[in-house]
Amino acid sequence: MRYKTNESQRGQADSATFRLAQFLGVFSIMLGVGELIWGGVIARHTGLEGYEWLVRVYGAREIGNGLLILFSKDPTSWIWPRVIGDVLDAATLIWGYTRDPSHVMGVVIAFVAVTPVVIADIYCAMKLSGESTKPLEPVKDYGDRSGI
Amino acid sequence: MRALRWYGKEDVRVEQVPDPTIEDPRDAIVKVTSCAICGSDLHLYDHFMVGLEKGDILGHEFMGEVVEVGKGVNGKLKVGERVVVPFTIFCGECDQCRKGNYSVCERTNRKKENADKMFGHSTAGLFGYTHLTGGYSGGQAEYVRVPFADCTHIKVPESLTDEQVLFLGDIFPTGWQAAAQCDIEPTDTVAIWGCGPVGQFTIRSAILMNAKQVIAIDRVPERLAMAQAAGATTINFETQSVVEILNDLTQGKGPEKCIDAVGMEAHVSSTLDSVVDRAKQAMMMETDRPHVLREMMYVCRPAGTLSIPGVYGGLMDKIPFGAAMNKGLTFRMGQTHVNRWTDDLLRRIEEGQIDPSFVITHRMNLNDAPKMYETFRDKKDGCIKVVLTP
Repeated sequence: MRYKTNESQRGQADSATFRLAQFLGVFSIMLGVGELIWGGVIARHTGLEGYEWLVRVYGAREIGNGLLILFSKDPTSWIWPRVIGDVLDAATLIWGYTRDPSHVMGVVIAFVAVTPVVIADIYCAMKLSGESTKPLEPVKDYGDRSGI
Repeated sequence: MRALRWYGKEDVRVEQVPDPTIEDPRDAIVKVTSCAICGSDLHLYDHFMVGLEKGDILGHEFMGEVVEVGKGVNGKLKVGERVVVPFTIFCGECDQCRKGNYSVCERTNRKKENADKMFGHSTAGLFGYTHLTGGYSGGQAEYVRVPFADCTHIKVPESLTDEQVLFLGDIFPTGWQAAAQCDIEPTDTVAIWGCGPVGQFTIRSAILMNAKQVIAIDRVPERLAMAQAAGATTINFETQSVVEILNDLTQGKGPEKCIDAVGMEAHVSSTLDSVVDRAKQAMMMETDRPHVLREMMYVCRPAGTLSIPGVYGGLMDKIPFGAAMNKGLTFRMGQTHVNRWTDDLLRRIEEGQIDPSFVITHRMNLNDAPKMYETFRDKKDGCIKVVLTP
């Protein structure tokens, strides 16, 4: 878990986490576009009728968050807002259910669909936050250690 | 005396404990002059192996000077002699020992009933490696009681340094046995997963056994550089496709011999199976992460051999046994029958064919052991092998 200096990508030891962050950025943009386009449909199936604008605001938030993840040098600061957004989304879904319990299936489907991404968000945020900000130490040279 | 004791996950401490004493006529007491942290000690440090108790003394790679012997040693070992102690304790008399299968000695596991329950039948006693294998105190200490000491020792000449012979107790014969189990022929390509200490010795063993091509797989640049220094072709699995490159280097046929020097804690990479393994391990639905085994079974040439020196502890899922069966693969594995190989390996060291000290990257005092466990586990500071002096 180390930074590389002068590079937008982090050290080789955490390149998998960096790739996961980029995937979450792309996912965030796609989800946001979906919410902007189908805000009305989503609102109708999750008990949020009359609040289509809220779904679209969330969509805009997702797009903005995704772009910040993709274009920032260090995505750590922008993964945590995704986790906060996940909490906000969950609270809104529960609120929608309390407004109109007949849409329970829509709410359940929404929860099941986003749960893996929520886990990935939390994992990625914790992993990136656990990194040292010190530059990578130079690789030790063991090129002369044949032994035979 | 001072000794390194285990107290829980990532919790090891150097503490004062009572000096060991002769408990059985076949015992000896060895004053430790050098000891090492082994990759398999990390399975204990990370608490992936069951059967340790709080306060157990770790360490199974050590050497020193004999300071006391029991009456039953019968002159086979004398006070003042310099010995490397093999990590497998063996009696030399049971059916298995007479066949040279020292790591499955039938008599040295004093807590046999535990191993019988876990494995079906008991294996040999091991130093500092859980109560499944006898619960014997280990060698990361100033003194060690060596049971069955009339057999369990390797005498080493004064002309060789500790660093040249220390690894005869574990990683050198382990790497050698891994390669020997493959019955390497001069036309063979040998692929070795893992360039940690055992992997490094496996690479050199395969080269000394005249393999046509040795391919080493890891992701840590320092380890890959050390593998390359011996003459291996290297693959960085984080940036390259292991299966594609192995096939490219073997005209699309796959390596004849594949060796797993990784074991139960395979790196959780971007592959789906390794992530699923880690999640299942965390939920106690699986004890081991067998990504390397799956990859070997998939890429190995039909009628090839898989050799497994890497330590596995229990149960694993999604093993492509259909591929293994249909391709007619041979599996060979096991803890190392250390003394089966050490006469030959000591000769090779004396003749200058190999200097095992090449692998040492950190030399520290026993007091620094807790910090060095972490450094070694996290592969910090280019750490490949730690040697401690009490």
